[in-house]
Amino acid sequence: MEFLVASGVGAMTAAGVYLLLRGRTFPVIIGLALLSYAINVFLFATGRLVINRPPVIAADAAGYTDPLPQALVLTAIVISFGMTALIVVLALRAYLEAGSDAVDTEEATVEPAASHDTRPGLPRDGDAA
Amino acid sequence: MTLAWIVLLPFVGALLPGLLIRAGRDACALATGAVTLLALILLLTQAPAVFAGEVVQAQWEWLPVLGLDVTFFVDGLGLFFAGLILTIGLLIIAYARYYLSKDDPMGQFYAYLLLFQGAMVGIVLSDNVLLLLVFWELTSLSSFLLIGYWKHLPEGRQGARMALAVTGMGGLSMIAGMLILGDIAGSYDLTVILQHGDAIKASPLYLPALLLILGGCFTKSAQFPFHFWLPHAMAAPTPVSAYLHSATMVKAGIFLMARLWPVLAGTEAWFYLVATTGLVTMIIGAWIALFKDDLKGLLAHSTVSHLGLVTMLLGFGTPLAAVAGIFHILNHATFKCALFMTAGIVDHEAGTRDARRLGGLATLMPITATIATLAGFSMAGLPLLNGFLSKEMMLEEAGHAVWAGNPWILPALATLGALFSVAYSLRYVFHVFYGPLRDDYPHAPHDPPSGMYLPPALLVVLVVLIGLLPAVVAQPLVEVVATAVVGGPLPEFHLAIWHGLTPALGMSLIAVAGGAFLLWRHTAFNRLRLATPRPEAKTIFDATVGGFAALSHVLIDGLHNGSLRRYLAIFVATTLAVGGGAFMSGEYAVGDRPALPATFVPVMGWLLLVGACIAIVAFHRNRLLTLIVVGVIGLIVSIVFIYLSAPDLALTQISVEVVTVILLLLALNFLPKETPRESSPTRRLRDAGLAGLSGVGIGSLIYVLMSRDFTSISEFHLAQSKPGGGGTNVVNVILVDFRGFDTFGEIIVLGIAALAIYALLDGALHGPAAKRLNSWIADQDRAKDRHPLMMVVATRVMLPLSLVVGIYIFLRGHNEPGGGFIAGLVVAIAFLMQYMASGFGWAERRMRFDYHAIIAWGVLIAGLTGTGAWLAGRPFLTSDYGYVKLPFLEKFELATAMGFDLGVFLTVVGSVMLALASLSRMARRTEEPVSPEPMDFVPIPGGALEPVDDREEPN
Repeated sequence: MEFLVASGVGAMTAAGVYLLLRGRTFPVIIGLALLSYAINVFLFATGRLVINRPPVIAADAAGYTDPLPQALVLTAIVISFGMTALIVVLALRAYLEAGSDAVDTEEATVEPAASHDTRPGLPRDGDAA
Repeated sequence: MTLAWIVLLPFVGALLPGLLIRAGRDACALATGAVTLLALILLLTQAPAVFAGEVVQAQWEWLPVLGLDVTFFVDGLGLFFAGLILTIGLLIIAYARYYLSKDDPMGQFYAYLLLFQGAMVGIVLSDNVLLLLVFWELTSLSSFLLIGYWKHLPEGRQGARMALAVTGMGGLSMIAGMLILGDIAGSYDLTVILQHGDAIKASPLYLPALLLILGGCFTKSAQFPFHFWLPHAMAAPTPVSAYLHSATMVKAGIFLMARLWPVLAGTEAWFYLVATTGLVTMIIGAWIALFKDDLKGLLAHSTVSHLGLVTMLLGFGTPLAAVAGIFHILNHATFKCALFMTAGIVDHEAGTRDARRLGGLATLMPITATIATLAGFSMAGLPLLNGFLSKEMMLEEAGHAVWAGNPWILPALATLGALFSVAYSLRYVFHVFYGPLRDDYPHAPHDPPSGMYLPPALLVVLVVLIGLLPAVVAQPLVEVVATAVVGGPLPEFHLAIWHGLTPALGMSLIAVAGGAFLLWRHTAFNRLRLATPRPEAKTIFDATVGGFAALSHVLIDGLHNGSLRRYLAIFVATTLAVGGGAFMSGEYAVGDRPALPATFVPVMGWLLLVGACIAIVAFHRNRLLTLIVVGVIGLIVSIVFIYLSAPDLALTQISVEVVTVILLLLALNFLPKETPRESSPTRRLRDAGLAGLSGVGIGSLIYVLMSRDFTSISEFHLAQSKPGGGGTNVVNVILVDFRGFDTFGEIIVLGIAALAIYALLDGALHGPAAKRLNSWIADQDRAKDRHPLMMVVATRVMLPLSLVVGIYIFLRGHNEPGGGFIAGLVVAIAFLMQYMASGFGWAERRMRFDYHAIIAWGVLIAGLTGTGAWLAGRPFLTSDYGYVKLPFLEKFELATAMGFDLGVFLTVVGSVMLALASLSRMARRTEEPVSPEPMDFVPIPGGALEPVDDREEPN
């Protein structure tokens, strides 16, 4: 079980880091979200893995798992939602302002040479107003 | 306390000039002068005790752990320097009042001046060396402001930068040296360090400490080869030059050498380093001064030369030489400051300070000429003036000094220095004030107002008094100061004009005669000088700075080329390297905590998770698909939480998941749906390598962590949850009670994030973004039935149910899994469903709450609940609880923590809704037809079906 959780965290981290290093904003955001999952599970797992012992006080409970990492992770989940929401809106605004969602500006010029007049989406830089 | 006030007064007083300048220039100058005078009077109250041989101390603890205390002490040396700083400061303040023109911001000038004054006094009165270093740096900073006071002059700015660079670097080396010194002595208090002279000299770290400290002293006091900054600093207004660069700041290095004389001086290293540097500086400074046509340049280099002289005397390491050095500091301060002021007067009245364009001013400005002549003769070392006395003593000491076994080299070179000194002093006097009258002065020269000539006149009176009656005027002071410097009994000495026919007198005669000859043949010697190669210090300095800047550019451009992807890759690689380094240097062992069995369901979940991770990387170009896979991963994570005894986390995760995916979908609506393939295969390989290593690192880290046993502080939380917090759901009690302050901070962050989202999207409704939005073409086919009947009905029926569930989750949160965070998310989702099913317009018209206000109320309620504890006399956020019995209901518990949780709930609802409402508001700008009706039909062009207006709303 421990191995499964650990390798799961590893897989999410690897996928997150890979997406983080992409050149467009959307994959970067997804990468950050994946990293948040990984780190949340990581923090949670520092309280060790325990089955069927939720930290809810009861007379007949056999024992409790460590509640502290859970409390930490709970707020971390909500805060990472706030962060994801903020950066996705940031990316959206940047896209609307610049007409490109490339992370690096100099690479933004390397656009695929699609030049239909009625191409979907937002007008790009250089389009006649 | 008095001591602290002497130091603090200038700092506090620095506020006055800026305020009082509105009351006029006189009020401004008077206030500045009053502050200085008050500090001087306070200092003089300490004088009787110091002359009686006491050392007055004052002490406060500041950071005792670091050995940094606010400790001041005043002995002879401190009294002398502080007196010098404040007295000359007073004269400079008076002089500057008339020197500065109407366009110069005077309040600023006096404020800087007082800051500098406070820092200087701080240096000379500090007992703790760390405190001293703080003041030392402050002098560098405040002198930077003063040198660059005329911001419009490029020379002023460059000079200020150069001075800061050189003295700042020296300050760094000084810090290191002082730390070593304090380490050897076992204390950072000067009074203690001064007791440990033998231990310090015997320490193997003596030489490094000495070199580092001298690095600070030599840069500050402009000793060769760091002398070059001082002449460039002369771009400052003359009062600054007179104050900083002749009387005070440049003497800070000398002060420190004198201060540490008992612990550092007397060794061979000290002699060769300090005396030689001083000697070289003295000769080079004097030689350059002789050929400077700019009067301030001449005086600047002469100051360099005289500082060299004092340094050399301290370097000899004998008590009598130290006495001579101290005496010369006093004399130099009087005549040099007076000379600077006369140079300023000439500049001010004649319109130039170029010696080649001056001459014959004595008849036009007799008062100034008298002052300058007396001060200049004193600098030349002519008899009956104070400069003569200390120069004689210097030559006498030089006559006894043996350099590398050679008894004549030092006296000869010292005489040479004195000879140059005579030459440039006489040049200053004769080429400016005597000779034929000219008719081409830029202005018509005349004597200045009394406010300008009285300060130098007062100094010249001192010059003459000390020169005539040294035994009466100067002897007691010099004795007290020299005793403090030497740190022991002084040999007998007498300050007198006539010591008989000594070798020093002979050397003096040679110097005067030679100097006069040099001046007579000035033009010839100038040609000789021009024929020899001269390194230009400024060019070398600029080249050095340029070299470092180029090096930094190469370094920075290599790392920071503007590409964020590159930064991220470097960051990940560095983190990996650091982690890998730690891994290699530590021991790696899997612990023996018994592992949980991996049953069928977890293995399936694991397969799904890993498969989803692979899929997301493989198909990440298809953004819609990516979002779906992210949803899968989020779902599995919440199942992991519920499986591993964390029901609260599972609830939070799954509701956050829903909200996040909706949000990303809404944003994706406007973003491209595909990610183009741009990265080269090598780049992808590199990224995959970095990502793989990160995954392996994090995964193995947590694996090892989980395989070991641990101790936790949560025993306390488990035990106290019910009796202390009044709830059985320990996670919730931790959130709203034990760590309530953290949670309070976190909901504020969430609220701020929502407001930032609102601001970002609100801004998108103007400017280029709005233009793009208006011409937006939908890039995907839309469903013809925008608001399907089934979904509309279902969500509306579900709304009250969802709200009840939300309230239920909220109420039970303190005892069972649930709570404000989860309830807030559930309620927000319930509302969101209305937006999705029935359209933005319909939902928004029915939503009568302002989301901003909901966030504000949430934070406010949480805060107020916390402050409620104050009424009961308990700390912020202490919770209390009791049991309530309402009719028809079971007895239930009411805890104040519930009020706090309500705040959390409201903030979460408000934040989520504000973020989504902002996005939907933007969507309405895209000219997308938004129906205000709940269940609209898209009209078929020319068709029979029209939107029905009289449709009744359900319920």
